[in-house]
Amino acid sequence: MQPSVGHPSAGPAGATEGRLLVLAGGLSHERDVSLRSGRRVAEALRDIGVEVDVRDVDADLLASLREEPPMCVLPLLHGETGEDGALREVLELLGLPYVGAQPAACRAAFDKPVAKEVVTRAGLRTPRSVTLPHEAFRELGAAGVMSAMVSSLGLPLFVKPARGGSALGCTVVPDAAALPGAMVTAFAYGHTALVEQLVVGQEVAVPVVDTGSGPRALPVVSIEADGGVYDYTARYTAGSTEFVVPAKLADDVVAECARVAVTAHQALGLRDLSRSDLIVDADGTVWFLEVNLAPGLTETSTVPLSVQAEGLDLGELMVDLVRVAVARRSSGA
Amino acid sequence: MSGVSRRNPGSATRLDSYVDRYAARTRGMTASEIRALFAVASRPEVVSLAGGMPNISGLPLDVVGGAISDLVRHDGPAALQYGSGQGDPGLREQICEVMRLEGIEGHPDDVVVTVGSQQAVDLVTRIFCDPGDVVVCEAPSYVGALGVFRAFECDVVHVEMDDKGLVPEALRQALRTVQASGRRIKFIYTIPNYHNPAGVSLATSRRAEVLDIAREADVLVLEDNPYGLLGFDDEPYRALRADEPDGVIYLGSFSKTFAPGFRVGWALAPHAVREKLVLAQEAATLCPPSFSQLAVRTYLATHDWRGQVNAFREMYRERRDAMIDALEDMMPAGVRWNIPDGGFYVWLTLPAGLDAKAMLPRAVSSRVAYVPGTAFFADGFGSQSMRLSYCYPTPERIREGVRRLVGVIEEELELRETFGSMAVDRHGLISRGYESPNTDLT
Repeated sequence: MQPSVGHPSAGPAGATEGRLLVLAGGLSHERDVSLRSGRRVAEALRDIGVEVDVRDVDADLLASLREEPPMCVLPLLHGETGEDGALREVLELLGLPYVGAQPAACRAAFDKPVAKEVVTRAGLRTPRSVTLPHEAFRELGAAGVMSAMVSSLGLPLFVKPARGGSALGCTVVPDAAALPGAMVTAFAYGHTALVEQLVVGQEVAVPVVDTGSGPRALPVVSIEADGGVYDYTARYTAGSTEFVVPAKLADDVVAECARVAVTAHQALGLRDLSRSDLIVDADGTVWFLEVNLAPGLTETSTVPLSVQAEGLDLGELMVDLVRVAVARRSSGA
Repeated sequence: MSGVSRRNPGSATRLDSYVDRYAARTRGMTASEIRALFAVASRPEVVSLAGGMPNISGLPLDVVGGAISDLVRHDGPAALQYGSGQGDPGLREQICEVMRLEGIEGHPDDVVVTVGSQQAVDLVTRIFCDPGDVVVCEAPSYVGALGVFRAFECDVVHVEMDDKGLVPEALRQALRTVQASGRRIKFIYTIPNYHNPAGVSLATSRRAEVLDIAREADVLVLEDNPYGLLGFDDEPYRALRADEPDGVIYLGSFSKTFAPGFRVGWALAPHAVREKLVLAQEAATLCPPSFSQLAVRTYLATHDWRGQVNAFREMYRERRDAMIDALEDMMPAGVRWNIPDGGFYVWLTLPAGLDAKAMLPRAVSSRVAYVPGTAFFADGFGSQSMRLSYCYPTPERIREGVRRLVGVIEEELELRETFGSMAVDRHGLISRGYESPNTDLT
């Protein structure tokens, strides 16, 4: 497909002339991942002849956007500001088209406990969990609260910051003795922690894209980290995790993974692109863990693998998403 | 999966087609959360007390530019050509002049110019160490050297320091213990002056004893001295090498006294060792960069470099004072630190139970960065400590950084109060990945 953006001869629906702007970096703990995603996407776009700039988010951004408005913004910021809706609010204020979910949807999806509630109401299964801020432990007594959590949820558990990604601050808790340390680790990354039952099974990632004809799931990617835990090191060290795409799962399980991912995408009001992280347990039940509204697009991320398995080109997919975003802005949506 | 039929199998990938071909020593070279967090430290919103970047803002760039311009105009063919593997002879003579300031009477023939003293550590380790050989280091030690020792699969044995530097009795005991176990100690790696990261200097009264202990045990000393001319008081310390020409390999650098961008350092070694170092240098790089060497040579010959070093000392002293004043004004009880008499670093130790490494994400959220102490140990220790650099930020930024750090420590203390001893064993929770070396840490 010949891209329509960045070319004077631009054509189809809603696309206009001009450069794209990839926003990457930021100040979150995931800055490094975001920079990698930004570089990868810019490279994919340039490979197909699209003009794209990459820049960080800083105090000069607004002036820059006003002075030279890009045709469309691709916010590839992971973590806060990028995924909590704040940056997108600003893009809305400026009236700039951008790829990805609107601020309100971001706020819900980026907050893992909120997202779990939303998808549960939509009929999806998600591990039982407890969400508590640091103060709850201080005011009610940490030992008692943790004891109640273990009694109620059982073991093993998985502890993570309520907001954030790339498995930063996440810990598998095999026994009660490991729980205090896991809580403190999660609180180093944020004020509130999510403690959920650890579902043992096949970890999978399912991207969802919507290029104008409704959300659809891309091929399911199964993940087998060498150390058994798909942590930061396993995610960003090439060679330390085996990915299989399409995942070696039964057709009905694959279909269910796709359904869960698309349902989560829709229930949370996401748009354009998301990635759901799921677990398939030994019975073939699919559990929703979390959704990423600005999924990683680095050299070791799962979304590019799935895009490739679908027979798509990452740059061309981005162009399609840009076209949708520009058309949406043109129509006032 | 149980009870399910298979669909067409997908293709498996590890996203690295060379994964089965790497040397075993690369096994630990993986992405780490700590390195990722340092990506944020480079942003101007963050007060970075982490990096050990020399502050070259005081350099007369017009003078440097003029000297380089003259160099290309008048000596371009040599500056842009390969050179000697041992390094430019004129520069080696000047290096001997520099070392004379610390009491060393070296001969230019025994100097090998290297790509920063970092490469000198690499070359010395390369020619001396087989996998499993022991290198004795201070506790803590320079992260860049530990990275080299790890790359050559050495076993690092740390030896205690106190506020007067390496503890002689601890050194003696460590050498005896290792040698009694039948393992071979190849050298003692030490930074006697304004230690990175500990900030302490080996007391003059201990220097002869340390050399005696090494001599008695028949162990070579690798003296790494990048900060030796950056003391805040009086004359520079006398180098260990000045009193032990045969048993000490001395490493120096222009990175802190001139500019790190040239990457010019050196080793001064006994004749036979020097021969091996030159061969190792030629195997590694053919020769150190001619352009950088001649630029440094021209700078030394045409500029008041001693005056420039004095200006650097004053600048770093002002920053040291700003950091110590801020720490004394604001740090909560139970936090301890040393007062360095030169160099770039303060070593700060947290109250028992706090973990500087686990606390780093909170610090980054609060827009302040430091290097957790674990980076400076080969054995996982150091979690209660951190290295603070005062070399680069302005005094105002240093004070602001300390203010932010105090907030982080107070939050961590509160967390510890909440979870108490239940959460003490946090070491290793985020310990995966390769921490060293990079310029954030060095």
